[in-house]
Amino acid sequence: MFSLSRKDVTTLAIFSVIVLTMPIWLSPLGAAYPGLMQKFAIYAIFAIGFNILFGLTGYLSFGHAAFLGVGSYTAVWSFKLLSMDMIPALIFAVIFAGIFALFIGYFSLRRSGIYFSILTLAFAQMSYSLAYSVLTPITNGETGLLIARDDPRAIDALLGVNQTTSGMPTPSLLGFDLGGYGGFYICAVVSIAAFFLSQKIFASPFGMALRGIKSNQTRMKYTGFDTKPYMLTAFVISGMFAGLAGGLLAVTDPIAGAERMKWTESGNIVLMTILGGVGTLVGPVVGAWLIKYFENIFSAINVNMLNAFFDFLPEGMQAVMVTILSKFVGEGWHLTLGLMFVVIVVFLPGGLVEGTERLMRWLRRRSKERDEPTGQVASGRTGNE
Amino acid sequence: MNAFLAQLLNGLDKGGAYALIALGLTLVFGTLGVVNFAHGALFMLGCFCAVTFRYFLTIETVTIDPTKLSPWGAPVEVRTPLVQSWLGDWGAILVDYSVPISVLFTVPVMLVIGIAMERGLIKHFYKRSHAEQILVTFGLAIVLQEIVKSFFGANPKPQPIPADLRMAADVGAWFGMEAQKLTYPLWRLIYLLFSLGVIGAVFAFMRYTTFGMVVRAGMADRETVGLLGIDIDKRFTIVFGMAAVVAGVAGAMYTPLLPPNYHIGMDFLVLSFVVVVVGGMGSLPGAVVAGFLLGVLQSFASMNEVKSIIPGIDQIIIYLVAIVILLVRPRGLMGRSGVMES
Repeated sequence: MFSLSRKDVTTLAIFSVIVLTMPIWLSPLGAAYPGLMQKFAIYAIFAIGFNILFGLTGYLSFGHAAFLGVGSYTAVWSFKLLSMDMIPALIFAVIFAGIFALFIGYFSLRRSGIYFSILTLAFAQMSYSLAYSVLTPITNGETGLLIARDDPRAIDALLGVNQTTSGMPTPSLLGFDLGGYGGFYICAVVSIAAFFLSQKIFASPFGMALRGIKSNQTRMKYTGFDTKPYMLTAFVISGMFAGLAGGLLAVTDPIAGAERMKWTESGNIVLMTILGGVGTLVGPVVGAWLIKYFENIFSAINVNMLNAFFDFLPEGMQAVMVTILSKFVGEGWHLTLGLMFVVIVVFLPGGLVEGTERLMRWLRRRSKERDEPTGQVASGRTGNE
Repeated sequence: MNAFLAQLLNGLDKGGAYALIALGLTLVFGTLGVVNFAHGALFMLGCFCAVTFRYFLTIETVTIDPTKLSPWGAPVEVRTPLVQSWLGDWGAILVDYSVPISVLFTVPVMLVIGIAMERGLIKHFYKRSHAEQILVTFGLAIVLQEIVKSFFGANPKPQPIPADLRMAADVGAWFGMEAQKLTYPLWRLIYLLFSLGVIGAVFAFMRYTTFGMVVRAGMADRETVGLLGIDIDKRFTIVFGMAAVVAGVAGAMYTPLLPPNYHIGMDFLVLSFVVVVVGGMGSLPGAVVAGFLLGVLQSFASMNEVKSIIPGIDQIIIYLVAIVILLVRPRGLMGRSGVMES
């Protein structure tokens, strides 16, 4: 059950090392604080899950943020009603997100292509609007769902766990506090588990069936293959990953708001996945990290920091550089993000991962051509067109 | 009954805006096969064409009039727009009517922007996957937004309705009802008529000109039209420019109804996608019908009588209707089979 191909084991090992050593290699990049690294790990899970649907089946869901939101709400309710421990919170988050995905997927998967995308978008936007208006007793509307000191917490009360005598209770894991780096390592371990799971799904017969559906659904049907349950399973699994990510968001910061379900959040995860590379294992993770990094680091750079950075230039040059670059950082970080999308799509078709692979192949072929200038040239040229 | 008619009118003018944006979006889908997430940004650029136009018209000279004194004894600053000092009363009228006149300015600007966008970026993406089209057009939309933001700031820019049109039209009286029973803001009525006019013009253009015929043929079968020796790509570029113009003028005329800010386009984008898909991919009449339908339904759902029966319905009606229509009719209201279904 736990066996993987040798290539997958290597990837998993490298991935684990990269994730676990984040505090080390992110510190020169200025991003090595727990709050941001938790987000890296959590959005990696979200993107991995989204990729199971979009990457394998080609069905583009535009409403995945709804499952993230449901996961968050469920986790906070579990904190309020059952226990401050994260295990029940995550279990319930995954289950409820799965049920929700089953409902939405059952209807949305009756259509394909853009009709499917708009159906998921409509369901998600409806959940978002309802969370703001009618469902206020459950979601606490605009304020967001918060934990309170006098919540019942049945399990905690039963076991006689009384966390703190003063201040708000915080989420924990079997009694261990999850503040700071502790929280990050929990998220990191869960994201590695999620990555392993997605590797298994990609390599399984189930994953192959999904890819078959992607490349030609009609042909799959003609061979007597009922595609519906497969699609629905993929949708639910993907929703559960999103629920897990949402639950973890609540674990690291016990508050859940409706804005997590808005279409812009769904759009974000679509962009992350496409940016990194649809259908590749690591691509979505890379995309998620890149966008989260820009969102948090580029938006924090201000004019003073730029001035300090260009201190070595002559006075006039420094002013010019700072004026130009200040348009791209701080408030204007969206501009950098937008340009990055355009540049990456134009120059690296297929996203970062596939694009880089293609670039490497092309470079290797060129160096080979240079070594043996006769004979191979023509075939080499046509090969990379 | 009057409340019913008033809501109907309310929905129709909003529906007009939806229909105009959706019309351009579906033109681009149908001809170029491109999922254009930058279409909302084109609407936003149209809004800011009107803002820029008014800005240029109202560049002022400031003179100090020593003969007049303000109540606390300081000389009064007299501000006259340059246009007014050059053209006299005509200049004043020009400033007053800046929004409707700005349409004349918006059309060429948007045409140039649209064609530049298609030639510069979009044309490289015809053969790429829809995912990549989404990413590149979304990136472009963000860039356009940020450029507008760096010029105009983040605050909404309210635009005035011309003084003569700033009143309520007595719609009831026109249809033989009692006077003042059913009144409606005149500018909204003008917007409705304007959008109907633009929609009519686009349909007439597509239906009765040779150019439109070629484009329709190209939508049905691009290759065959190309084989007949027609440079279909060039036509499609112009269609993209047209779509940009339609979105642009829709935005320019909408500025008095909703003060534009740099992200107004994103707010309209999602709704117009829903409108296009509900109307059915690749169908121009579908987009128009769906635009008006959703606009009207939204306005009825926000009536208090309805809200008291089903709370929260005004927030979700569009999405609810979209879901029901898509589940009952697989390709929206008038969609063609095989368009964007895979």
